[in-house]
Amino acid sequence: MIGIIDYGMGNLYSVSKALERMNVECVISNDRDVLFEAEGLILPGVGSFRDAMSILQETGLDSFIKEEVARGKKMLGICLGMQLLFEESEENGVTEGLSLLKGKVERFPGVTEVGASYKVPHMGWNKLEFQQASPLLEGVPEDFVYFVHSYYVKDFAEAELLASSTYDVQVPAVVGRGNVFGTQFHPEKSSNVGLGILKNFVNLVKEEER
Amino acid sequence: MLTKRIIPCLDVKEGRVVKGVQFVELRDAGDPVELAAFYDEEGADELVFLDISASHEGRETMVDVVEQVAAKLAIPFTVGGGINSIDDMKRLLRAGADKVSLNTAALLNPYLIQAGADYFGSQCIVVAIDAKYDESLGSWRVYTHGGRRETDWEVVKWAQESVKLGAGEILLTSMDSDGEKKGFNLALTKAVSSAVSVPVIASGGAGEASHFLSAFEEGAADAALAASIFHYKETSVKEVKSYLKEKGVQVR
Repeated sequence: MIGIIDYGMGNLYSVSKALERMNVECVISNDRDVLFEAEGLILPGVGSFRDAMSILQETGLDSFIKEEVARGKKMLGICLGMQLLFEESEENGVTEGLSLLKGKVERFPGVTEVGASYKVPHMGWNKLEFQQASPLLEGVPEDFVYFVHSYYVKDFAEAELLASSTYDVQVPAVVGRGNVFGTQFHPEKSSNVGLGILKNFVNLVKEEER
Repeated sequence: MLTKRIIPCLDVKEGRVVKGVQFVELRDAGDPVELAAFYDEEGADELVFLDISASHEGRETMVDVVEQVAAKLAIPFTVGGGINSIDDMKRLLRAGADKVSLNTAALLNPYLIQAGADYFGSQCIVVAIDAKYDESLGSWRVYTHGGRRETDWEVVKWAQESVKLGAGEILLTSMDSDGEKKGFNLALTKAVSSAVSVPVIASGGAGEASHFLSAFEEGAADAALAASIFHYKETSVKEVKSYLKEKGVQVR
């Protein structure tokens, strides 16, 4: 059973539907007792980092997530959910994150080093560039995935960067350390490539169960 | 590098696709879920569903359609038409839509863009603009109510205002080009695309693959949308993409 953490930020249905299509049981909940029973957790999310963090704090889900990760539970953050795994974001003023991974979240400059301006958000299909082997990427082609975001992770630890994409800057696309993973893009919206990554996460969770 | 996106658009009325879709091989030509799956298979990068239901019941049906599409599709999709409030947006996003598109309601109440962006993030909020050239103005004007009412807004200004309020993307339809199949309105597309910082989807006028190339190269569009040429199988998403690839345009 995969627990999808519902903290009122955005689109949970597409994640749960993607899992259902793979015949993976999942539950959408904000109840710590329910999520506690889940063997793996997904932290989805669209919207603003600051709002998301304050909801997680109000509901106590922030400490719950940290405890579960410390207990070794597999965790996948998606989009804003991935950004929340890092130390801080400058979105709407500096806000502290869950600090499970090293790095901070900043807005795309929107202007290249030579002064050419480009569009923000980074919206659409971009190609993955694998940085190191990971069970999350096993059997997945180095292909296009769907991004929608205006902020990206900077000053990350090289060892935690699994795949990136290029959009003026290097954009961490798949990150992870130990039992904590994140994708900046939406695997549930990235056709077969994304579904392959989701499936790998599910398999990791299942291995744990055995 | 981001790829250029090709977006088929489906008009949905009371839960059924309208606009004379001709898919002989599909059991149920008017079923939005089957059509969506077909376009997904063909390599569409995204889909737009335009709810043109007149009734409240029709709108409720749209929520079901969105749920079913989300259950079947692993590509992003936008839903537009008749969205008037945060509650409307919430229902559609909760049902599985990735973005909502605002048109008339945003012009009547621009604050709706801001409220939506604050609540769901800019990436969820598409502002659709119906544009028509105004001779006396020497520029394009924004129309509402499905192109029936003229507003005081000049298109580029309204696009900029929308982005300032939090729109994450602009869906720009040229009423002059729409249905003509003579190509996208490149001057309009270029004018808007170079005036805003967010992606612009060109719409209206697609007749053949080369029109998409011009939309991207001359129109500086980030994505291009078409309905009838795909529905009537005058060309396919696959054909358009292989043409673009041949011409050196980055596509998925």
